[in-house]
Amino acid sequence: MHQAREWNGDWDWETGSRVIADTKPWNESYSEIHEFVTSRDGEKIAAVVKTEDDTHVPCVNGQPWSNTFEKAWSLRFCPDGRLFCFAMNDDEWTAVVDDEPWEETFDFVWNPQISLDGRTLAVNVRSPEGYGIALNGRSWEQRFVEARSCVLSPDGLRTAANVQMESLAEGDILGFAKGVWSLAVDGRPWDARFLNVWGCTFSDDGESVAAEVRPNLIEQTIAVDGKPWEQRFKAVWEPVFRPGTRDVIAPALTGEGWKLLVNGKPLWDRSFTQVWHQTFSPDRRIVAAVACPEFGRWTVVVDGNLWPCTFSHVVMPPVFSPDSRRIGAIFRDEGSWGLVVDRDPWPDRFDMIWDPVFSPDGDTVAVKAEKRGKYYLAVNGKVYPRAYDAMWDPQFSPDGSKILVRAIADGTFHRIVLPVSEVVG
Amino acid sequence: MGLPKLPKVSDPGLDETAKMLTPQRIEEVINRVIQKETAARLKVYMNTCVHCGLCSDACHWFLSNDRDPRFSPVGKVKQTLWEILRKKGRVDPDFLKECSRIAHTECNVCRRCSMYCPFGIDIAYLLLLVRRICSLLGLVPQFLQDTVNSHAVTLNQMWVKQDEWIDTLQWQEEDARDEVKTARIPLDKEGAEVFYSIIGPEPKILAQLIANMAQIMTVGGVDWTMPSLDGWDNSNMAMYSGDFETMGRVERVHHEAALRLKCRRIVMGECGHAFRGAMYDGPKWLGWKEPPIPLIHAIDFYHELLTSGRIKIKQKFEEPVTVQDPCNVVRGRGLGGKLREIVRMTCANFTEPEPGLEHNYCCGAGGGTINCGPPWKPSRVKGNRVKAEQFEATGAHIIITPCHNCHSGIEDIVAGYNLGMHVKFFSEILVQVMDVPEDLQA
Ligand code: SF4
Ligand code: SF4
Repeated sequence: MHQAREWNGDWDWETGSRVIADTKPWNESYSEIHEFVTSRDGEKIAAVVKTEDDTHVPCVNGQPWSNTFEKAWSLRFCPDGRLFCFAMNDDEWTAVVDDEPWEETFDFVWNPQISLDGRTLAVNVRSPEGYGIALNGRSWEQRFVEARSCVLSPDGLRTAANVQMESLAEGDILGFAKGVWSLAVDGRPWDARFLNVWGCTFSDDGESVAAEVRPNLIEQTIAVDGKPWEQRFKAVWEPVFRPGTRDVIAPALTGEGWKLLVNGKPLWDRSFTQVWHQTFSPDRRIVAAVACPEFGRWTVVVDGNLWPCTFSHVVMPPVFSPDSRRIGAIFRDEGSWGLVVDRDPWPDRFDMIWDPVFSPDGDTVAVKAEKRGKYYLAVNGKVYPRAYDAMWDPQFSPDGSKILVRAIADGTFHRIVLPVSEVVG
Repeated sequence: MGLPKLPKVSDPGLDETAKMLTPQRIEEVINRVIQKETAARLKVYMNTCVHCGLCSDACHWFLSNDRDPRFSPVGKVKQTLWEILRKKGRVDPDFLKECSRIAHTECNVCRRCSMYCPFGIDIAYLLLLVRRICSLLGLVPQFLQDTVNSHAVTLNQMWVKQDEWIDTLQWQEEDARDEVKTARIPLDKEGAEVFYSIIGPEPKILAQLIANMAQIMTVGGVDWTMPSLDGWDNSNMAMYSGDFETMGRVERVHHEAALRLKCRRIVMGECGHAFRGAMYDGPKWLGWKEPPIPLIHAIDFYHELLTSGRIKIKQKFEEPVTVQDPCNVVRGRGLGGKLREIVRMTCANFTEPEPGLEHNYCCGAGGGTINCGPPWKPSRVKGNRVKAEQFEATGAHIIITPCHNCHSGIEDIVAGYNLGMHVKFFSEILVQVMDVPEDLQA
């Protein structure tokens, strides 16, 4: 999110509403229109459509691509505005970016991962030789019995997946117990084998990887670059690296309950009924997580301090403002969804709410929220009265004074730039 | 006791793993579980039971095995947990193999017996505790452990690979279009009203059920989605093997997949144990008092579609039908009434099973028992003769079973006792009788 400043400077920030596309005529041209996606700058709306000759093609602002496909799915805009999808012709699958299919084709492709700047794209692939990853059209040389994830380093240069090193006969529980899973980085597997490898993450320089591992049937721990922590636990969740360091932070189920650990030792002097989704502030100084301090109550914990408000059903992963000053998290409580920012829940509740988006200076927070099937923009706790049929996450201008709303009303896709002052009144 | 010897069943999950156990390890694990993992209710249950045996007549295993006391609920606890506690964990591997046999393969944790115990003792809980001990010691029947391994690796119970899952949905969508021309299975649709989850055997061996659902959703005008990645399988055999850590992981992935897609609620396919895992045991282990977003079983969902008129019936199903009341959604959730209502709305000729509703007998497959695999099938089928008699008495041709375990278990019973009946999921009836509006017809 802190990169938004670089990206959106040259967008059209003139206040007002522009119609980008009327999607109603698409219904006449095509027998089927799949889900709409929009570019972050609000200049494009696209969907996979089905043509008269039963082919599928992404259609952008009403213009279909020149390539057509027997099947196409997973359509999405990259953060840099390029349009991506998976597509198949003659039983061969590949990724297509802005109407350009990758040269290499596969038996199957799935699970697209796009780097923050949008320039790098990694996917899981299956070919007759086995399972692997392809990065920007080039696949790993190595293939595996199976690869079940696709993780991209923050700089977008490296990829990792948990991989199965040997095949097992059906029901071979003794073989399984010896460990046939490992983690491959850029196609090269760790020497170590485990019963399971899950939840892999890169350090921010892409040099190190950490993952949850299961050395035997009843113990779990974290392994960093193939080396497990000495400490063993009943269960662990996904690790993260402290940015700029090799320190790994992960939740683990200890004899005293769930704790956040750093390199195997307690990070804070407290345990929880549950703790997960630990997240670092952009300035790397603060760690926030979702915590369950007592059975059935959920909140945010920041550097070991629990927020006083708790919620009955769920708290979603905390989101920092780009300047690291503020934290917001959406929650579900007593049947409805809301947003809590810096310990204070907004008074309004919704049928659904999306993650908060902070202005670059952190002063303003905006969300997309749904009530009775209509979508609204809400800013700093105030709901803007205009309702839409569909909407995408709001975006702030670089100086934080304006908000870009991408929304559909009556079949028309609008790009609306609103002064924050107008929304918050 | 003068009772006949039970047939010896070989299972590497017990025979091979037992060889690796030491007395120290057994004692340490048992005492750790008893001291650290059991709630006060263990003590209460153990002190309250007066050994009256009133629970015996509740158990289909006891009734079907000619009232052999070894199969009575209290008898199963007596042969396992009582001994474990009496000997303070100083028991040997052969004894523990017997414990696994009894707890994993001869009890369906169906909780029928609790209704017959004057003190409401939860015998299923006690036998799950035995399973937990066995699981931590590595003693789990091979096929059940293999299913749990699949859960741990793939987050689904049938070793379905990620590409196979997506591929299956895509061809089921095509199949559905042969009947309903606009049928779609929207993948990863953010903000859909319904996150529809199913159990692993559907993509693996019963894929047409997915196509059925695509038709039902389309005709019902439901805004729905399924995830392209892990979290689509709502089943959980780890809950039954005793591997609660894997159980928790599976449930977290399932619920978080729905949360990530911003769906309003989860609708689960026709499976009973999956409902138990996703509604009760899983959330509880994770710290959720209830699932983080609303979650309903297929029976509830069909009831909604039919009573709201979103799906209309063209012509009722004529063949005589009866139902199986799955323990986890009828005894455990009270959906028996709604099950009858949807059956009556769609079938012209329905006969109640006797006993029915919450007093129904378990299918004999539930609780992970059917997942113990072929070696244990003969004893499982023998252990549910009363179920065969119950169905035979209805005179029905079709047994509607809104649960996967029930479905497979009852198929075994139908074959084992030559009942000449057929087993169907409710969705199979519904696609046959629902009115597909003309503009949707292929
Ligand atoms: S199978 Fe059911 S009735 Fe029999 S002992 Fe187990 S829980 Fe009780
Ligand atoms: S009915 Fe209850 S008290 Fe009597 S033997 Fe069974 S569990 Fe014990």
